[in-house]
Amino acid sequence: SNSYYFRLESLLSMLVSITVWLTLLFVFTIVPAVLGVSIGIRRLYLTTLLKIFEWATLRMEMEAKEKNQQLYKPYSSGIIVKEPPLSLQQGIQELRGSASCLHSEPEFEMADIFYFCRRGVESIVDDEVTKRFSAQELETWNLLTRSHYNFRHISLRLTVLWGLGVLIRYGILLPLRVTLAATGISLILVLTTLVGFLPSREFFLTEKVHVMCYRICVRSLTAMITYHNRENKPKNGGICVANHTTPIDVIILANDGCYSLIGQAHRGLLGMVQRAMVKSSPHIWFDRSEVKDRHLVAKRLSDHVADKTKQPILIFPEGTCINNTSVMMFKKGSFEIGCTVYPVAIKYDPLFGDAFWNSSKFGMVNYLLRMMSSWAIVCSVWYLPPMNREEGEDAVQFANRVKAAIAAQGGLVDLIWDGGLKRAKVKDAFKEEQQKLYSKVLVDTSR
Amino acid sequence: MGSNSSNMNHIPDGQQLLQDTGFSAAQIIRLYERFEFLDKDNTGHLRPEDLETVPDLDMNPIGARIIGAFFPPGKETLDFGSFVRILAHFLPADSNRTRAGAQQEPANSTTGKLRFAFQLYDQDRDGKISRDELLQVLRSMLGLQVTEEQLQCIAERAIQEADADKDDAISFDEFRKSLEKVDIDHKMSIRFLR
Repeated sequence: SNSYYFRLESLLSMLVSITVWLTLLFVFTIVPAVLGVSIGIRRLYLTTLLKIFEWATLRMEMEAKEKNQQLYKPYSSGIIVKEPPLSLQQGIQELRGSASCLHSEPEFEMADIFYFCRRGVESIVDDEVTKRFSAQELETWNLLTRSHYNFRHISLRLTVLWGLGVLIRYGILLPLRVTLAATGISLILVLTTLVGFLPSREFFLTEKVHVMCYRICVRSLTAMITYHNRENKPKNGGICVANHTTPIDVIILANDGCYSLIGQAHRGLLGMVQRAMVKSSPHIWFDRSEVKDRHLVAKRLSDHVADKTKQPILIFPEGTCINNTSVMMFKKGSFEIGCTVYPVAIKYDPLFGDAFWNSSKFGMVNYLLRMMSSWAIVCSVWYLPPMNREEGEDAVQFANRVKAAIAAQGGLVDLIWDGGLKRAKVKDAFKEEQQKLYSKVLVDTSR
Repeated sequence: MGSNSSNMNHIPDGQQLLQDTGFSAAQIIRLYERFEFLDKDNTGHLRPEDLETVPDLDMNPIGARIIGAFFPPGKETLDFGSFVRILAHFLPADSNRTRAGAQQEPANSTTGKLRFAFQLYDQDRDGKISRDELLQVLRSMLGLQVTEEQLQCIAERAIQEADADKDDAISFDEFRKSLEKVDIDHKMSIRFLR
């Protein structure tokens, strides 16, 4: 009978602790999310973390100094001196300038190969594109082994601190966040279905439900978002475009406004969520077969935009996740519609947790686990003034103009390259372009 | 730079490379990071496919030849030491400090750079650039932008200018002579950050 009481006691204590746990959860996160207030716990948390990181980095520097070594500074500072890029014409002329100009008909020269050779080897040593597809590196260590290149400078004290960090992140933060996320998603499913049953779709209620659910999701990631220039928030009948770093971008933006999403219809849990969402507000989900049909996509976009009662559509024109140091080519599809475009720049601070989804390295589940076991997600969102296509501007030029504005605001590098290069090789057109330029040099000079 | 070189313990051949090439310890460390970055499957070796992932190289008309320079016939993998030694050709000529044990001519001398460029032309490594090899390079650099006749014409002129002993091929010395007025050091050097 002793063991009986013992088991009863342990069961009871477990129940009590779970109740306490859930109550705390409810009071400190869900209620504020519903009411839309912020207690300020997250800010305090981040400030404390920042101090700890700085201390940790300092200690590592001291350790390194003791061993008479240097801390490795990330190679994002570059290997090669960055010079203003010359066009192919200029590069070859410069090359030939040093050769004799006695030739009456300057033509192909054996030295021309140096130009291509040097450009090629330089790109092997450092290029602008491939480094955008992996997470950027940090100056300060944030107690995650993911940013580990100075790991060998760790002392016992730091190892203990790191171990403590692991315990806190995986033992406390992760379960907490998973619970929150589950609550958030269930609420989305239940409430949007309920609202859908109402005779007339009450937009007021829809909005409230929407905002509440997204707030819970945001808290489940411990995301600290700062919104700038909210007077430029996207309005009905327009398209909102933003740079893409992670699927979480959607949650970040939807936390501050209602958008219609556009994308492929999935199956499983995600599909369920999608179908539930459609019940209360108009989203655009495509079947796999329809995705390829550009005219169909364009038509559905135009129809949605023409209806001024419908929310703005959220689109990520890059088409793939980039590591938040640059903005890559915007696909022109959404810029051909002819409506107002509301650009938004999103910049993440990787110090507390890198939000970039490297889809070639991590699957979705793995990625979410990493997100929920980071310290926090910190980002800034800038709403830029609306833009319209100007007279005489085609869709591509318009897209580039918007891209440049977003890059400038977010402090990102503006690249012409296509994000699709993550998976595909360069189109032959690029090589042909090079060959064309070179042949012009030969032909011009031999005339 | 003793304090820096002890940082290189995890780099294969680190110390040897420091002696043999003109790279500084900091540069070797950075190159190693780049090497690891390109080595996507973490085998410690690069394969031609790893270099092909660089878009700038892929669109370079002689991209395939440059990759070939890193992977001579018969070699399928590239270790870090070989990677650095080939890149050493592109150091400015003034990077060499006098060091004990420097054996043969450094890779980044004018002759070394010329040899590297020569091999881009001379794919079968017989010591001469034949008319055929020249045509192939021209075809790579110009693609379909010129006709076959124009190509033959250009090749003919180039050989006539350079071929001193009239054997219808360009030897290394003839190559070097035809480029004697070009500032090789400047044109075939990459400005590495210190």
